[in-house]
Amino acid sequence: MRAFEYTSPTTKQQAVALLESTWGPTAVLGGGTDLLDLMKDDVETPKRLVNIKDVKELQGIHLTKSGLRVGAAVKIEELVESPLVRHYPVVADAAREIASPQIRHMATVGGNLCQRPRCWYYRAGFGLLAQDKDGKPLALQGDNRYHAILGNSGPAYFVHPSSLAPALIACGAKIRLFGTNGEREMPLEEFYRIPASGQERENALSPNEIVTEVLVPSLAGTKSATYEVRQKDAFDWPLALASVVLKLSGNKVQSARVVMGYVAPTPWRSEEAEQALVGKTITEETAHSAGNAAVEKAKDLGRNGYKIQLARVAVKRAVLRAAKAGA
Amino acid sequence: MAEYKWPEAEKRTLIGKRISRLDGPVKVSGKAKYTYDMNRPGMLYGKILRSPYAHAKIVSIDTSAAEGMPGVKAVRIIQGPGTEIQWQGDEIVGVAAVDEPTAEDAIRAIKVEYQILPHLVIDNDLQAAGDRAKPTQEEVRGDPEKAFKESDVIHEGFYGSSAMTHCCLEPHGCMSEWNGNELLVHVSTQNVSGIASQMAGPLKTTAGNIRVKQDHIGGGFGSKFGPDRWGIETAHLSKLAGGKPVKIMLERNAELMVAGSRPSAFAQVKVGAKKDGTLIAWESKSWGTGGITGGGLPSNNFPYVVVVPNARRQNITISNNVGGQRAWRAPNHPQLALATMAALDDLAAKLNMDPLDFFIKNIGLTGQRAEVYREELLKAAELIDWKKKWHPRGDTTAGNIKRGMGLSIHTWGGRGHNSDCDLTIYPDGSVEVKMGTQDLGTGTRTALAIVAGDAFGLPVSAIKVLIGDNRYPVSGGSGGSTTIGGVSSSTRRAAQDALEQLFAKAAPALKAQPGDLEAVGGKVRVKGDTTRSLTWQQACAKLGGMPLTVRGKNPGPPQELTNVGVGGAEMADVSVDTETGIVKVNKIVCAQDCGLIINMKLAESQCYGAMIMGVSYALYEERILDQATGRMLNANMEFYRLAGSGDIGELVVHMMTGKGYDERGVIGLGEPPVISPGAAISNAIANAIGVRVSVMPFTPDRVLKALETKGGNNARV
Amino acid sequence: MPHNDEKFKEQRSGLSRRDFLKASSITLSVPLAINQKVARAAGTDVRVYGPGKVPITLNINGKTHTAEVEPRVTLLETLRHELDLTGAKRVCDRASCGACTVIIDGKTAYSCTVLAIEAQGKAITTVEGLSQGDKLHPVQQAIIDNDGQQCGFCTPGFVVACKAILDKHPSPTREQIHRGLSGNFCRCGTYVGLKAALAKMGAAHKAPAAQAGQKGGQ
Repeated sequence: MRAFEYTSPTTKQQAVALLESTWGPTAVLGGGTDLLDLMKDDVETPKRLVNIKDVKELQGIHLTKSGLRVGAAVKIEELVESPLVRHYPVVADAAREIASPQIRHMATVGGNLCQRPRCWYYRAGFGLLAQDKDGKPLALQGDNRYHAILGNSGPAYFVHPSSLAPALIACGAKIRLFGTNGEREMPLEEFYRIPASGQERENALSPNEIVTEVLVPSLAGTKSATYEVRQKDAFDWPLALASVVLKLSGNKVQSARVVMGYVAPTPWRSEEAEQALVGKTITEETAHSAGNAAVEKAKDLGRNGYKIQLARVAVKRAVLRAAKAGA
Repeated sequence: MAEYKWPEAEKRTLIGKRISRLDGPVKVSGKAKYTYDMNRPGMLYGKILRSPYAHAKIVSIDTSAAEGMPGVKAVRIIQGPGTEIQWQGDEIVGVAAVDEPTAEDAIRAIKVEYQILPHLVIDNDLQAAGDRAKPTQEEVRGDPEKAFKESDVIHEGFYGSSAMTHCCLEPHGCMSEWNGNELLVHVSTQNVSGIASQMAGPLKTTAGNIRVKQDHIGGGFGSKFGPDRWGIETAHLSKLAGGKPVKIMLERNAELMVAGSRPSAFAQVKVGAKKDGTLIAWESKSWGTGGITGGGLPSNNFPYVVVVPNARRQNITISNNVGGQRAWRAPNHPQLALATMAALDDLAAKLNMDPLDFFIKNIGLTGQRAEVYREELLKAAELIDWKKKWHPRGDTTAGNIKRGMGLSIHTWGGRGHNSDCDLTIYPDGSVEVKMGTQDLGTGTRTALAIVAGDAFGLPVSAIKVLIGDNRYPVSGGSGGSTTIGGVSSSTRRAAQDALEQLFAKAAPALKAQPGDLEAVGGKVRVKGDTTRSLTWQQACAKLGGMPLTVRGKNPGPPQELTNVGVGGAEMADVSVDTETGIVKVNKIVCAQDCGLIINMKLAESQCYGAMIMGVSYALYEERILDQATGRMLNANMEFYRLAGSGDIGELVVHMMTGKGYDERGVIGLGEPPVISPGAAISNAIANAIGVRVSVMPFTPDRVLKALETKGGNNARV
Repeated sequence: MPHNDEKFKEQRSGLSRRDFLKASSITLSVPLAINQKVARAAGTDVRVYGPGKVPITLNINGKTHTAEVEPRVTLLETLRHELDLTGAKRVCDRASCGACTVIIDGKTAYSCTVLAIEAQGKAITTVEGLSQGDKLHPVQQAIIDNDGQQCGFCTPGFVVACKAILDKHPSPTREQIHRGLSGNFCRCGTYVGLKAALAKMGAAHKAPAAQAGQKGGQ
């Protein structure tokens, strides 16, 4: 790691004042499980770290009138342990499987949502879009076994590495940001975007802005689940993940939200899968059709075609798990 | 001259029992000091600047900024301008600084200009390798053409093992400290006695000036026999820094890039048998690489274990721009086992035979140890309930989870290496065993105490064991499962000789002849007369004022105490999710012989550990090299994936002991049980899903691809 | 705030790389003591440490330790290099393998990925803190008895992870054992012994009479 100065403000106003208005010179330190890796690999070289774990406003999981409010500095393990989160099976499923106990004790919700892609070209210092000197993407020439199967028409080919984001988007969660110009709020779904150039990031956060909380509407009257396809039982990245929230009317699906993870440069909402479920009774067959619909537009980059099948299965199994889950 | 032999079974008080490792307490409490843990006064932290390119020429190096940094004590160019670098991670400049951050800053401040040259890093494509693929001499036995003509059933298949790394948890590394002309070296090594002579030349000193120490080593698996360029660099940097200690431990990425790999091996195989299952013909063309040094499999080792009377074999060795291979636990055997056992399993399937019956049918082809293999196969079959659980190719039960069974057999030499042991009995009764060996976690320390304690009728706690210092008597490097044979033999010889001399001193006091005495239960006594005895301490007091030191020597080739050549059989039960291609191990059993077992508890641990390592390389481990950039893409422990505690299923070990085994003497065990898991798991997958997944590790992409080629209802949801 | 202000007051004051962050949006930087300053942010004062060495105070195994480290130095490096507590190992150095596992405020963490400066004010337990002299924690003894170690390099991390499992689940299920150990990796392959050790500890907890005489540690 390169040298940096460290500060640990206690209010969000202080925190954002300590951040620069351009990416690079300053960085927000949450659990550190992603940022410190990036710094050790010389991908990020901030000159100041702003630790936000001492900011009390970023803590806590509370019930609100409309649902749940989760502070950005809440640890993943707090989500796993929280009785309030049990009413959100889709979130609890996702949180429980994240990384390892140590990571869940350290990593924060805000950090999970804002963590950078694990694309091996990006991590090796070739840039977020990882292009060679002629501007050709390395992921297309090299080894793309873990790269995107959706949203992969370029220029980004990495997959978004958050397990929580698909679950929270499936819930219709909003993210609240705080910057020097004050507060703003947006659907979490809109927070993510495919960067159009190497100067952009994969989310809407500004350099001198922090995530303060996530607002999750009540899931009362729904059934929900997350299913991830992961090869190892032990600490391992999922190869595909799907989060599903179903609203049923009788035994028919009235509305559905289906969001996939690890398949695209952003968490990937599949309206095709949602449409395939609406009006149907959940059976092995309808779940299977939803899986097929979810990957209709998927594209093999050469070595990642198998992920199309895994995404299909993740959706199918998440739908079936949701149907079995309690409200 | 005494006749050296192991005690009779009923007289063994420690040998073959279940004894906890002596260094257990220091390891569980974090007190054990590894090379990485050395903190010497004034110690400097060394770092190496490595090439980011797989193939490049160094044009210029500017170290001036680094040299001018406060806290930087030494900067040394290892490979200068003009040098052609042949792999990513090769060493270019070494620095030493007062702390680690400063050393890192100094590395970043060095400017190297490279002329980038074309590289080859992939190894599975013979076409791409072009003239870097060199065929070796074809080996022919019998008349393969005729034998294939006479075969009723012929199977052709392709099988491959991806290159993998050692991934020692304690990385390679070294600490050097000059004091005048004397060099003290702490090094993470499998070869305490052999390091000094490898360092002396490059350092222009004599081996006698170099003291090598190591209390504990955090894994080696065949990759830690030399000081390596970075180890020698610590001594150069220490000299430049006025003799201050300099420690360099490899970063994880360097450890995975340059500190050892197991070569890849791919093979196109053709096998033929009579319709009763008699195996008569073999043909293989194999290729692979161990990096820049070339490599691949010695073709005359095909087929593995089973000597098919008619065989044609050829290997093609590929040299690519990757750091060189190193011996990886049972070098070549796991790859040979995979291609052989999988091809034979496929042939058995084509013959509609249970592979267990097929192997038993051909057991004679395993040679002189055929009976051992038969016993081991039958034992393993019993432990896993083979006859009940095995089914013909393709689990036909409903659902997406398919279960299957597979087997493999293996072999290894494991003769004891040359080993000298100094055993000292002090007049106060204390006993010390001293030897320039090392304990890789196999339990060498404990074995020495067991052998000496058993000979003297003392508990292991009464034996002080001193190892890990090249000033102690020379003992071989710990590789190829040669340690236990070597060190147990030299210790036993020393103990027998020492006891003989002690008896001579003690006999008069017991009014007996030395030959009538025995050492049992903390006493030296007259055989058959329990009234005439001395305590061990009383007997030792008869030595007079001076301790008694005896040198025991294991001369190398197997003599009366040791032997060579083991078998072993493993069977796996796996489940495959045909929708995701994910393979889970339900159970693996291992029936393993290794002659006389010194410590049953740690022998079993060797097998458990080997089977776990086997699950890991069969399902997860792969060195991923990228032809686009020339880089290793997964030089970390996030994507270089090891099996975890939840990934291994149930493991059962049965050590073959008793008559027919014990009297062979001691034989090494480290390698053999790691050979078969890949092949057994591969066969179990084929049995489950009805199609062969050709290349290891058996990751979801490969399993799904195999299912697709098979077509049918398993291929898609 | 976890930082020990008393300690800083004793430091001789001085300037250190004041211009480190030239493009700072902070309105004012006042040098305070060596390698620290007060920045004016959102109308309030905030301390900024480094980039040079700053004094830190850590509570490790119930004892107070002080060291001077740059903010970029991790807790693991501080334990190993500054305090000679070398039980926790550096293996992956990227929060992937578990060899550096320590307990911070009751929860396991990868000390390779915690900055020493942010670990101040927290209760840190390392493997060295589990045994008292030669008296081992019962799980350490169970690991020895069941041979849950070979080369031993991953062992301290596993010992700490095992202790944390038992603190939470004195009689852990198979699932709890797998989940609890899922952030630690062993290369020699000692999981069979480790799992057996935890199972034995669990069985002993269920039948307290059976473990008479092997109490202590916890």
